[in-house]
Amino acid sequence: MRTALLGAAALLALTAAAPASGPGAVVHIRDDHFIPASITVKAGDKVTFINDDDDAHTATADNASWDSEGLSQGQKWDHAFMKAGKIAYHCTVHPMMHGTIVVTAASHAMSAK
Amino acid sequence: MKRRDFVGHVAWTGAGLLYVLGAEGIVRATADAAPSSFGFVQISDSHIGYTGPANGDVHGTLAKTVADINAMPAQPAFVIHTGDVTHLSKATEFDDARAILSTLRAPLITIPGEHDVIGVEGPKRYAAAFARKEAAGRGWSAWDQGGIHFVALINVGEGETMGMLGDEQLSWLANDLSARKPDTPVVVFGHVPLFAAAPEWGWTTSDGSKAIALLRRFKAVTVLNGHIHQVLEHQDGAIRFATARATAFPQAAPGTPGAKPGPLKVAPESLLGVLGYRTVEVAGRAAWQDRTLAEG
Repeated sequence: MRTALLGAAALLALTAAAPASGPGAVVHIRDDHFIPASITVKAGDKVTFINDDDDAHTATADNASWDSEGLSQGQKWDHAFMKAGKIAYHCTVHPMMHGTIVVTAASHAMSAK
Repeated sequence: MKRRDFVGHVAWTGAGLLYVLGAEGIVRATADAAPSSFGFVQISDSHIGYTGPANGDVHGTLAKTVADINAMPAQPAFVIHTGDVTHLSKATEFDDARAILSTLRAPLITIPGEHDVIGVEGPKRYAAAFARKEAAGRGWSAWDQGGIHFVALINVGEGETMGMLGDEQLSWLANDLSARKPDTPVVVFGHVPLFAAAPEWGWTTSDGSKAIALLRRFKAVTVLNGHIHQVLEHQDGAIRFATARATAFPQAAPGTPGAKPGPLKVAPESLLGVLGYRTVEVAGRAAWQDRTLAEG
């Protein structure tokens, strides 16, 4: 149990603190979580979703405006976010997995929370 | 024994022993089932396309399942695959799955799992590969065979894609069941468990209680699901629930400390012992057996 608790704590820390930097942001899909769970990017930026799990996952907008479709372990999928706004997304294979992309006007800096 | 006793006297095997279940629970053990006059087979969760460490040859384990069923001396009336035929809903996965499943000697019926309806193309590919002409709505269907009323439900592809029947299907189910007498034995198939097997892992159907409410007036109901890759049984009044083993890989038991849902790697020599299929034989009573591929 102690190992499990430590693992959960580490996962939460990673979820909260993982930076999103570079030419595009990266969201890892790991242990049935989107990491970071919430990410802020500038309009026009690309976000890369990478499935680190052995299980299949998707990154699918709740409003169905974009969908990675099925990603197996090690597969990546990119999507450029052109319009400012907040978009919720989930994994269709694991509906308890949720994430958020916040797209700001192009002049805002990129950050994660 | 009357047909309405079907579910009241369900049996299954564990370690080669056949247990017969009465209304009070397990009442006796016998060495074998009665001769069968009607039977069917449930297979599930083949995940064709999966290549991870939990099973490097999902094609091979599905092919072995098919071979074991084809070798049964009395062929089942039908084989039903209760979903997740494929892993990622890719066209090649459906092609490969069809190539293996088409070698079954018995008629095949399938219902989709959430892995079969991924993205815009998944549902179309699934329909092209396996859709039944008799089906209604998004693919649900019902038929009478061997004195039993069978219902195949779809609880993926609605809402957030997993674990939901939807109002249209529930309305259809209410209409279908309304024409049946309460002593009609009913067998219901679905992918995700209708009962709350492990909601925190997505192992439940959010509006499953509405379907269960419609089934309560029947004296003998059996609900057979896949999705969780292990045999788990549950009783709710006259309704008996049982999930099935996968042909691809096992998953952890709910409540296992530190575990999460997803492919579970076991020692290679143990894999066939945790994969399998279910046979149901009806001859006055039903003999329900969960067989592993290691027994084949």
